[in-house]
Amino acid sequence: MSTVTQADPANAAGSAGPLAHRRPLGDRAFQILALACGLLVLVILVLIAVSTSQQASSWFSTAGFSGIFSTVWNPATNQFGAMAYLYGTVITAVIAIIIAVPVSVAIALLLTQVVPQRWSQPIVYVIDLLAVIPSVVWGLWGILVLVPWIQGIYASIASGVTGIPVLDSLFGSNTSGASFFTAGLILAVMITPIITSLSREVIATVPTIDKEGAYALGATRWEMIRGAVWPHSQGGVVGAVLVGLGRAMGETIAAALVIGSSAQVTSRLFGPGYSIPSVIANQFGEASGEFRSALIGLGVFLFAITIVINLAARAIVERSARRMRGA
Amino acid sequence: MAVASGQPTIDLREPAGWRRTKNQIATGAMWFAFACMLVPLAFVLFTVISKGISAISWSFLTGGPIPPNVLPLGNGGMGPAVIGTLEITGFAALLAIPIGVLGAVYINEYGGKGWLARVIGFLADVMTGVPSIVMGLFIFTIWILHFGYSGLAGSFALGCLMLPVVIRSSYEMLKLVPDSLREASYALGATKARVTVTVVLPAAVGGIVSGALLAIARAAGETAPLLFTILTVESTNTNLFSGANTALSTQIFVNAQSPFVGAEARAWGSALTLIVIAFALMLVARIITARFTRYAR
Repeated sequence: MSTVTQADPANAAGSAGPLAHRRPLGDRAFQILALACGLLVLVILVLIAVSTSQQASSWFSTAGFSGIFSTVWNPATNQFGAMAYLYGTVITAVIAIIIAVPVSVAIALLLTQVVPQRWSQPIVYVIDLLAVIPSVVWGLWGILVLVPWIQGIYASIASGVTGIPVLDSLFGSNTSGASFFTAGLILAVMITPIITSLSREVIATVPTIDKEGAYALGATRWEMIRGAVWPHSQGGVVGAVLVGLGRAMGETIAAALVIGSSAQVTSRLFGPGYSIPSVIANQFGEASGEFRSALIGLGVFLFAITIVINLAARAIVERSARRMRGA
Repeated sequence: MAVASGQPTIDLREPAGWRRTKNQIATGAMWFAFACMLVPLAFVLFTVISKGISAISWSFLTGGPIPPNVLPLGNGGMGPAVIGTLEITGFAALLAIPIGVLGAVYINEYGGKGWLARVIGFLADVMTGVPSIVMGLFIFTIWILHFGYSGLAGSFALGCLMLPVVIRSSYEMLKLVPDSLREASYALGATKARVTVTVVLPAAVGGIVSGALLAIARAAGETAPLLFTILTVESTNTNLFSGANTALSTQIFVNAQSPFVGAEARAWGSALTLIVIAFALMLVARIITARFTRYAR
């Protein structure tokens, strides 16, 4: 056990006199225990990276770069191309972000700038309810209620846009209730609470003096938000959006039930698709050998993508928080 | 009005009526956004309650084994899944909460502003972003491949998901404990471990417990990390440490994909049970926050 060099009020006081110039064993043991528990986070993250890549290595080596990024996924012929899944993951997450971000930021502004304090707490409770509904319940509701209902809407939109150049290729024929867009919708609902609460934390740090300054110049509330609140919290909100993006990409069960389970790269958002987490959830049970290795490899991709997104998000939030403290 | 460069210029000389209208439109849009969020919430709760309530009965909650999905409601029950969820989530909490609280103690009490504590806090934040399915794969590769399926593996996966959440919430609570309390106990000659255990942690216990309960509520509904760590069996397995197990969430996932009426009804019933468990935990957390939190933000 190495001697502890840390500045410690208890020790500093003790070392002045003849009493207790070394800390009791139990005291040091407790510190080491606490450190071990903290380091467990690092250990788990490293273990995730190492153990999953190890299992995936046979896929990485046999498929090669072109095999991994091909669109052919056929377990019968041992061809495992990840492209359709990567595409579906990105598309559904982007749809979710486009829907969820304006809603979340608006709710965050509502909570911090519009509603009086004693009303904002009940609204926060309601948002928390949304966060605590399990993913599988969203999926169950999605597949049994939302999908049959939204099918007709997709079909009528598709017949409405027939022949219009861009819209036709996005929302055109071959619609299905379970689709990229349905998955995006449900993901949007699921990531709204996290984006809202992170943006709210950022927006709450806007100095009152800035806001009062804007009001004193005669600004309306909306002008105050654009002039004083937004420049201050931009960076933090971008970070919150990235955290939401990471969540949307990793969300498994709800997407697995409503995405349509059809691996294809298509511009048709109302058509069925697939995503990385949902293919793992649906096919891992019957997979073995090379097939299993490929599915774990998809998990490695997902892990890498979400880690990068989260690192970027935290870095952006921290940088903007530092800048704002300095300002 | 001085606005940072690159920001939209706000012209206060525009006609007052138009500016007021814009303000009202913006406020209306914010309320509309809130309504947009309420609609799916109300819709889901209404469907789950109305469809689930007819499925739920005492024999549904405690009876077993779980019948094959072709059978209508009234045969067997979800008892095995209820027991599975409780034992797997409970053990995950037993693992993750003490470790998480101790990790937070290190960050706040020992690490201070040092680089190690900052790195651990940062990594805990990053770890909250690891998808739950990846946690499932992780436990599969390091545990299932060597020791086979068990409820314990499910607890490990849920515990890994809960750990960073517990660290974050406990850390926030420890930060709020005033330094004067610590200094008073040091002045009495207490060691740092003693100060932490007998003064700091009791002062923050309300917030720590309610944060931990929220983490349990989230974990109880997780499906993806359980799918290939516990498998999904039909009969009760009270032995957490060996043999495949089952849980409400995985049962919902399996039954939701089945075309049979009985399976659908069982899925709705299980969903209602799961939501009631999660909401009850959340409610207890709120009560504890309101009653026992001494230092609030």
